[in-house]
Amino acid sequence: MSDSEMGSSPEPAEPFLSVRPKNPGKPSGLLRNMSAKLASIPMILTTMVVFVGGTIWTVVYSFTSSKLLPKLNFVGLDQYERLWSTRRWLISIENLAIYGFFSMIFTLVIGFTLAALLDRKIRGENIFRTIFLYPFALSFVVTGLAWQWILNPDLGVQNVVRSMGWESFTFNPLNDPDIVIYGILIAGLWQGTGLIMVIMLAGLRGIDEEIWKAARVDGIGTVKTYIRIVIPMMRPVFVTALVLIASGIIKIYDLVVAQTNGGPGIASEVPAKYVINYMFRAQNLGQGFAASTMMLLSVIIILIPWAYLEFGGKKRG
Amino acid sequence: MKKITQLMASAAFLGATAVNATELEVTHWWTSGGEAAAVAEFAKAFDATGNTWVDGAIAGSGGTARPIIISRILGGDPMGATQLNHGRQAEELIEAGLMTDLTELAEAQGWKDLVNPPSLLDACTFEGRIYCVPVNIHSGQWIWLSHGAFEKAGLSVPANWDEFVAAAPKLQEAGITPLAMGQQGWQQNLAFGTITIAIAGVDAWREVSVNRNADTAAGPEYTAVFEAVANARELAKGSNVQDWNLATNLVITDQAGGQIMGDWAQGEFQVAGQVAGQDYTCLPGLGVNEVLDTGGDAFYFPVIDDADTKAAQMALASTLIAPETQVAFNLKKGSLPVRGDIDMSAANDCMQKGLQILADGNVLPSGDMNLTADTQTQIEDLMAEFWSSEMSASDAQARYVDIIASAE
Repeated sequence: MSDSEMGSSPEPAEPFLSVRPKNPGKPSGLLRNMSAKLASIPMILTTMVVFVGGTIWTVVYSFTSSKLLPKLNFVGLDQYERLWSTRRWLISIENLAIYGFFSMIFTLVIGFTLAALLDRKIRGENIFRTIFLYPFALSFVVTGLAWQWILNPDLGVQNVVRSMGWESFTFNPLNDPDIVIYGILIAGLWQGTGLIMVIMLAGLRGIDEEIWKAARVDGIGTVKTYIRIVIPMMRPVFVTALVLIASGIIKIYDLVVAQTNGGPGIASEVPAKYVINYMFRAQNLGQGFAASTMMLLSVIIILIPWAYLEFGGKKRG
Repeated sequence: MKKITQLMASAAFLGATAVNATELEVTHWWTSGGEAAAVAEFAKAFDATGNTWVDGAIAGSGGTARPIIISRILGGDPMGATQLNHGRQAEELIEAGLMTDLTELAEAQGWKDLVNPPSLLDACTFEGRIYCVPVNIHSGQWIWLSHGAFEKAGLSVPANWDEFVAAAPKLQEAGITPLAMGQQGWQQNLAFGTITIAIAGVDAWREVSVNRNADTAAGPEYTAVFEAVANARELAKGSNVQDWNLATNLVITDQAGGQIMGDWAQGEFQVAGQVAGQDYTCLPGLGVNEVLDTGGDAFYFPVIDDADTKAAQMALASTLIAPETQVAFNLKKGSLPVRGDIDMSAANDCMQKGLQILADGNVLPSGDMNLTADTQTQIEDLMAEFWSSEMSASDAQARYVDIIASAE
């Protein structure tokens, strides 16, 4: 593992580690590591055909009036016009924005806080780590159903609090169109923060002990050390966590289906559900494709800053 | 090498089964108790022809099963036969040549003369050829009333929608939710459709749903409809159940006055041991316009290039529509038979009402036959939002008009 990591490290290390080609006259560009390159051809082809090809196909057909079967009768931007004048889509986007914004902030904050607490070398770290990570082992469908019960006013939280004597307590997010998305957010956070915590913890463990010692010598407090020194050093970990959370946000579907199925009414609809519904249930592929193209666009909008941070950052560091 | 032997082995296996009675995989989404019992009648009748019914039940409603069925057909893994709702759902599959043409069989057995109402067969017909076998008629235009709930409130059971609305305040005083409503788009849409036919009348309904006339949808008849639905929304406040059978259960247990639901609700009353006319009353067309739509289920046969399979498909097609099978199946299912020439005297009070309406010819084509799945989904989304929010009747009507205007 460490060998390969060093192999990709900056220029000066290279002469020692890379195997020189037998024929010194030949330029060592394309033919180096032939076997590795050959081995990656299937994956490259798969990516090109399945992902890139499929994406282009979808985008092209989003400009057609395809119904149940894809047909190439172009209608220009009609599907997009209809999409952006559909209330259900607008609600979906709004929900995604709310869910995304809070999910991003809370997952990072809670994940990092938990990781930092575990990092203080507490007793029973393994047990806590397992408990926090456990929800991640459950699928979104199970998570959604479990929280549907927990948030059910007659069975869950509301009932428990009322039976403890607080009769007027009301907590019924899943049946209130205005706040239903927060009910889903709670379940999403419960499921997702564990993973981010583990990633953060790994990052924290990667911080050199010397840095802590140096901070202590300089008399910097623990919290300040975390915020001013450790977090900036963990930038790559944060970027990874950010991408994981963001992709989870955009593809959210099963949690909603299991927990509320978009209800009450259409108050908790999300874009991925719109895509599936229109492609298969409404038998309107063109509309579904247009919606999924909009989702792709939002992924690209997230991807470009990430790529900039990740690849642009390396040069500076 | 290994692949080839595997292939040969599986080919030999396939060959071996084909020599015996032909197995036909039949997919459907009839999985509740009464439905499963009804399907068993089909299987029994088909097995008696010397073939084998391989049951491919898909749990969940049609909304879940239909995409699975369609993707299997499109993906080149067709089943021997499949349930679908006749109408426009399979239109494009037929166009693409993926469904078997049943015209010859239909002509030989004279389906044209025996299927009643004829609109059922029309829905199976595409460019003059017949592609499906209708097996039953389900209608959505019913309201189911709990005798117990009205007794508790000291009222007599209403005979139509207006009396029901008038009785609602008394029900509420007695702590009873007047209208049970499952919080799912299709149920709210069904209630809307039913109220439309009762309030706006058949002509206006036909103008909008069949001819897609947006002007009528914007007209005064539909304004009255949307106001009635907004009122029904108030009556349904407090029924926080999801599934239709849970809503039916509210009626059965006298917690709700009534429910607008299709005739499949009858199965729930039967399972609960209730008697029509004694414990509950059913009013077709909300007791105002006694008409029923003629939706229902039909079987389609995907094209499979194999003579034995094809023969078995034809055998199944004629079994499904045979008189004995029709009686046995529909009594268990609680639906109406597709042929008018059979004896249904064993049917209960509500089914008899339905049969009478059919015999009188007061039928409408169902939504599936008129509007595409796309348009129906849009209307369903609108209704889901309308019922669960405070949207005004006029806003809802304006958006409904937009949907109808852009419908294909």
